[in-house]
Amino acid sequence: MKLMARLFEFWGRRWLAVFEEVGRFFYVLHSTLLWTFRRPFDGKEWVRQMVRVGVESVPVVGLTALFTGMVLALQTYRGFARFHAEAFVASVVSLSLTRELAQVLAALMIAGRIGSSYAAELGTMRVTEQIDALYAMAVEPIHYLVVPRVAAATLMLPFLVAFADGIGVLGGYSVAVGLLGANPVVYWEKTFQFLDLNDVFSGLIKAGVFGLILSVTGCSKGFFTTGGAEGVGRSTTAAVVMASLIILLSDFFLTKILF
Amino acid sequence: MHPTDTNGLPTPPKIAVIDLWKSFGGKQVLKGVNLTIWPGESLVIVGGSGAGKSVLLKHLIGLIHPDSGHIIVDGEDLACAEPERCLAIRRKFGMSFQEGALFDSMTVFDNIAFPLRRHTPMSEAEIAQRVRECLALVHLSGVEHKMPAQLSGGMRRRVGFARAIALKPEILLFDEPNTGLDPITAAAIDRVIIEMRDKMPVTMVTITHDMTSAFRIADRLAMLRDGKIVAVAPPEEFRQLPDPYVQGFLAGQPVEEEVA
Repeated sequence: MKLMARLFEFWGRRWLAVFEEVGRFFYVLHSTLLWTFRRPFDGKEWVRQMVRVGVESVPVVGLTALFTGMVLALQTYRGFARFHAEAFVASVVSLSLTRELAQVLAALMIAGRIGSSYAAELGTMRVTEQIDALYAMAVEPIHYLVVPRVAAATLMLPFLVAFADGIGVLGGYSVAVGLLGANPVVYWEKTFQFLDLNDVFSGLIKAGVFGLILSVTGCSKGFFTTGGAEGVGRSTTAAVVMASLIILLSDFFLTKILF
Repeated sequence: MHPTDTNGLPTPPKIAVIDLWKSFGGKQVLKGVNLTIWPGESLVIVGGSGAGKSVLLKHLIGLIHPDSGHIIVDGEDLACAEPERCLAIRRKFGMSFQEGALFDSMTVFDNIAFPLRRHTPMSEAEIAQRVRECLALVHLSGVEHKMPAQLSGGMRRRVGFARAIALKPEILLFDEPNTGLDPITAAAIDRVIIEMRDKMPVTMVTITHDMTSAFRIADRLAMLRDGKIVAVAPPEEFRQLPDPYVQGFLAGQPVEEEVA
């Protein structure tokens, strides 16, 4: 009997923690949306955060996309050669990159790079009372800290993904044409033959949603940090793990809705 | 003891705390706190570690919301106020935090200028002027362009004071202004607080467990113990209170029931 009670207590706590986490996520999302359209509008901070997310992530996202495109061409070429369908390598590379791989991989990289730093920054500000200090100065921390960060990630991710699409396709091209001896003209033609504008755009919409998810997760983890330096560490790790999981899960449902 | 204005009419309290209760994770921290703070006075709340001093102070400015009870600031209930109204009430306050809570990504200048830029239409020249004034009040100069990490603990705290007074608040809250400082720096901090009290028309609430400092800066002392205010008195009367806990606190000696 006692064991049963302990078991219920254990799972009860687990579930409570899950609900609490979900509640915090939507609290931050909701108040961020509310405060986005209130004055004062902090243009300088928006630009600063956008540079951080957008410009400074270009090398990481570029490299990821380049090698993904290259390995995709290499793998599909080997496979497709077995039934003489090498001509379609280009289509596979462009379709899988624009529809799926570019945004998921970019979002995971940015979750590691930006989501974690949001959690660490806001977490540190929380445990050193800097967030309380903002409240005390009659400045809403969501407005000052969270809004520019979430906006930057949501707006910049589509651009990063568009860039990744291009780099990935070029990576595939360089391997197929340079390494495997595919015909450059045919390859180029096949790249665009089955590609719809819709493929690209829905990919970019997904990218925006992923940006929103990873930034809100990072900010809410940081915002509700407790327990000093160790707490900041926990929040940072949890932000990346949670954001990555939510991105992968929501990817399935978004794809189902959008395509 | 009810202060009166020049016409002999009773003055309304600046802040009234009415039957305040708060618990954290099943632990009852505040158990019905009642406290009146009069305009222009310097009230010091003393009490042991874990008595709930910080929690009480954070309630005054709305950083923590009570489970039940009311905080009335200038006749307005902090709990019932609309979010916008709540921000407006908060602008009456300046708060200095234990470790300063300076924004570590900004210089000292930008830290003090932050509330001014955020809430006033002042030009950069006016802001620079005000920042210098605030720094002069806390006896700091030449540190404008340093980062908070380059300052000592006492200096960080004084920059925190300067930031708290930048907007000329009506009420100043100090969270353990002396904790962790050597006696000389602590005395210097007290002197800054006394000067601020004398130079500005401001109501001050300080929490501390440093009795020397409490007697230096207080017009009245309140003892918080076990989630309740057990005594409120001006310094001289406070020393004479018969309560064994207060006497134990003053003498720095353990009280029997506490040790048990």
